[in-house]
Amino acid sequence: MTVQIKTIDLEPKRQTFGHIARRFGADKPATRYQEGTLDVQATDNFHYKPLWEPEYWHYDTRKTAVVMADWYKPLDPRQYYYATYNIARANMNQAVERNFAFVEERGLLEKIDEATKAKLIARLLPIRHLHWGSNMNMAEITQRGYGTAVTAPCIFSAGDHLGMAQIVSRVGLELDGQTGSALDAAKEAWLTDPAWQGVRRLIEDSFVERDWFQLYVAQTLGVNAVLLDMVYRHCDAAWGASAITVAMLTEFMADWRAEEGKWSDAVVKIVAAESADNKALVSGWAKHWIDRAEEAGKPLSVALVGDESAATAAASAARARARSLGLEL
Amino acid sequence: MAQIASITLLHNDDARPIIEAILADNPGVRVLNMPGAVKLDRDDELVVNRASVEARLGREWSPQEIQLVLISMAGNLDEDDDWFKLSWKH
Repeated sequence: MTVQIKTIDLEPKRQTFGHIARRFGADKPATRYQEGTLDVQATDNFHYKPLWEPEYWHYDTRKTAVVMADWYKPLDPRQYYYATYNIARANMNQAVERNFAFVEERGLLEKIDEATKAKLIARLLPIRHLHWGSNMNMAEITQRGYGTAVTAPCIFSAGDHLGMAQIVSRVGLELDGQTGSALDAAKEAWLTDPAWQGVRRLIEDSFVERDWFQLYVAQTLGVNAVLLDMVYRHCDAAWGASAITVAMLTEFMADWRAEEGKWSDAVVKIVAAESADNKALVSGWAKHWIDRAEEAGKPLSVALVGDESAATAAASAARARARSLGLEL
Repeated sequence: MAQIASITLLHNDDARPIIEAILADNPGVRVLNMPGAVKLDRDDELVVNRASVEARLGREWSPQEIQLVLISMAGNLDEDDDWFKLSWKH
């Protein structure tokens, strides 16, 4: 007797949600990213006009000067939605924990000389305030922006900045024996040290920028590409013999920039490519904020490496990056 | 008669970008849908390109990762950093 095992291929009635199928023009399987992103934000039937900004609706394409026919065009090449984002960051954070354990076990930060320690407190730790400001900006873009495709990765980015501020704070706690006195000194430096005032002015000015896509350009091409890259990528010389220790403890920032850059570059590129008007606007914003960030970074660069080379190197890399995205600077 | 190079993959979210890449890069590929699996057949040669999968996946992808969703295959394997190729040519 032979037993024949029969399989039945059950064809599902639908492959994906109706709104996803309508967007694709066909009912075909969609990824989790697409299902969690495309057309998720509400567009109609808001009940109350926001009293604080009665000229706009809650989600309103007019809150930025750039115009997109479809704000779901600038998709995230990393295809992050809640789960994939958290899995990726949890893996990166494991490396952070390992690096901190390594540095603690060998007492690498305890052994450094007082001059380098003072420099780390005054020149590296205050950057946590810049990360906090960046967190504010990304959260602001999330609430004023249009379309889940752009706003969802922005709130992920806001979380990243908070995480990086915490990593910097942990470096401070390693330096002051977990008392927090280094962090107090670093805040004082952020508020009063002339080297930081340009950076502080820039980030505080960005807080009041009302055009959310201009804020996006300011944050990703100004703050991230010039100021953060300057400190994390162009200033190894500032830490002398501790450069490797600092590089290890800030490895997260390097990995994060390489990865987030893919997304932020793609968004700027797609929005600028939409129309000549968009390109002119975004180019103007990029030029303005990269120039400002370079100026703001110069005193800090002098304080870190002795001259303005780190600021100019980071700014020219940012300009080259902007040009590669189709902008005209 | 042409010999058939073939690959059978799980049909899940991880494999879908790979399946799409195969469909795009291999003209004339024949698709057999089974419950939970997809069998892809093509005369003589079937290739999975790293670049095509990465374009659909949005991250770096090593052809070795195909093992995670691979059920079966037919053909001589040529595995490289950039592709995963099944064929009957030598």
